[in-house]
Amino acid sequence: MIEVQNLTKHYGPITAIRDVSFRVAPGEIVGFLGPNGAGKSTTMRILACFMPASGGSAKVAGYDVFAESLEVRRRIGYLPESVPLYTDLRVAPYLEFVAETKGVPRSDRKKRVAEAMERCRIADVQNRLIGKLSKGYRQRVGLAQAIVSDPAVLILDEPTIGLDPKQITEIRELIKSLAGDHTVILSTHILPEVSMVCSSVVIINQGVIVAQGPIDSLVEQFFPTARVEVEIAAPSPAAVRDALRVIPGVVAVSDLPGSDGIGRYVVESSRGRDVRGEVFQLAAQQRWDLRELRRIGMTLEEVFLHVVAGEQTRAEEST
Amino acid sequence: MKIWPIFKKEMRLYFTSPVAWVIIAVFLFLAGLMFYAAVGYYTRASMQAQMNPMGGGLNVNDGILRPLFSNFFIILLLMMPLVTMRLFAEEQRSGTLELLLTYPVRDGAVLLGKFFAAVTLYTVMIALTLLYPVMLWYFAPIEWGMVLTGYMGLLMLGMTYIAVGVFASSLTENQIVAALVSFGVLLTFWLVGWLSDLADPMVARLLQHLSLPEHNDSFAKGVFETKDVIFYVNFTLVALFLALRSLEARRWKG
Repeated sequence: MIEVQNLTKHYGPITAIRDVSFRVAPGEIVGFLGPNGAGKSTTMRILACFMPASGGSAKVAGYDVFAESLEVRRRIGYLPESVPLYTDLRVAPYLEFVAETKGVPRSDRKKRVAEAMERCRIADVQNRLIGKLSKGYRQRVGLAQAIVSDPAVLILDEPTIGLDPKQITEIRELIKSLAGDHTVILSTHILPEVSMVCSSVVIINQGVIVAQGPIDSLVEQFFPTARVEVEIAAPSPAAVRDALRVIPGVVAVSDLPGSDGIGRYVVESSRGRDVRGEVFQLAAQQRWDLRELRRIGMTLEEVFLHVVAGEQTRAEEST
Repeated sequence: MKIWPIFKKEMRLYFTSPVAWVIIAVFLFLAGLMFYAAVGYYTRASMQAQMNPMGGGLNVNDGILRPLFSNFFIILLLMMPLVTMRLFAEEQRSGTLELLLTYPVRDGAVLLGKFFAAVTLYTVMIALTLLYPVMLWYFAPIEWGMVLTGYMGLLMLGMTYIAVGVFASSLTENQIVAALVSFGVLLTFWLVGWLSDLADPMVARLLQHLSLPEHNDSFAKGVFETKDVIFYVNFTLVALFLALRSLEARRWKG
């Protein structure tokens, strides 16, 4: 549904994004991740046909964003990061204006506007001036204008920013409910949000894509081993380490800083193999004092920190 | 072309914010003062004419409406940049243009929607002054054909003001800059008429031809002169074309 190839954008001497390529399949929700200033908004603005790329190409719903911009714009709903709205208009007339401009037929217009307001829970403020609304309501009006024409592709730049926790949950539910008939690309820097809402992610850092794919496979790709943290009080830490190392399936054992007489270790084993039982048996056999035995879940957050920090050290090394 | 939704939105914005109301109120107040003054001078002149056996030849069309209209040109020159300055500048500043330009509307439709909204507001402003000839008609015979061409001229002139204002507004995100630029451009096309007196004959003719008020004389005299209509229409089209170019430029260079 979205095909981006070698997209590059320069602002004068600054390169905002370089050779960005990714694809989004129909019905998928993709999270676009990256630290501030990584190029998320730039990519989304190009996809939304607001500005042209300096190089490369992007296709949305099979149409080129530059050459067939009007066709693309008929099929997208876009929510910019700053949520620009006409503060002097009231909510319902504003959404009617958007629906009409986006080509919703007259007979459907009232219904669609009502539906969008219902889904974004703004029906109670429909007669208020947008300028008088709180940030949370404005954010939802912005989202309503994106979905009012029921577009095939939604481009949402930080859709949950400025909302309170309850509203965030509601908006996430709303976005999740859009999956299937809509293709969604959303940017965020709230990592748990991505694991909750998206089926796959694209991680961008300093204008370059550093990782992409379904969340599970990304975690596997970057952390191919399962990890267990063990805390054992034993007379000889070295003996413990050696004993742990010979458990079948264990690939590596490393020390964590521990206190006197208590050793802490990270035991890495091949993925899918749980060595906790064996560690427990071992400790019981040797009459070691097993204080803690915990599996370390590798999450997207760790992947993110790993790739983003990794990129940074690499960049520093090269300079 | 989806001009209509843009037009409606602009009209809403004019009238839900105080802009349109204040502009209309201030214009009518100033126009009223001018009308009062014009009627006052005309009354005095006609009383003097009665005492003078050689007097006569006075009529309200030439004595009141024509000078009144040329006074309108000046207040409108000052006020129209304020009507048009927000059209694009405000949307660029607040970022709403980013959304508007990602809707499936052609740039030309956005431009014309905004242009016609300003023209409509302008038409409302000047149409309200139709009360003046109606009042005069109660007291004195009036040449309605001349009134009609006078208003046609006013409308034509207004369209050039608005087109220039729209262009200026498309250049910047600062409304004050937009107003100053359009005021500067419009005033230049007034002053060329004065400068023509000083220039050598060839240049003088050109300058005179470019002068905005010059082309309104025929309308004020009750003549519907094709060349003057063409001048105003061309002037408007050129300014709108430049505005369209400046709007399209962001799609290319961003």
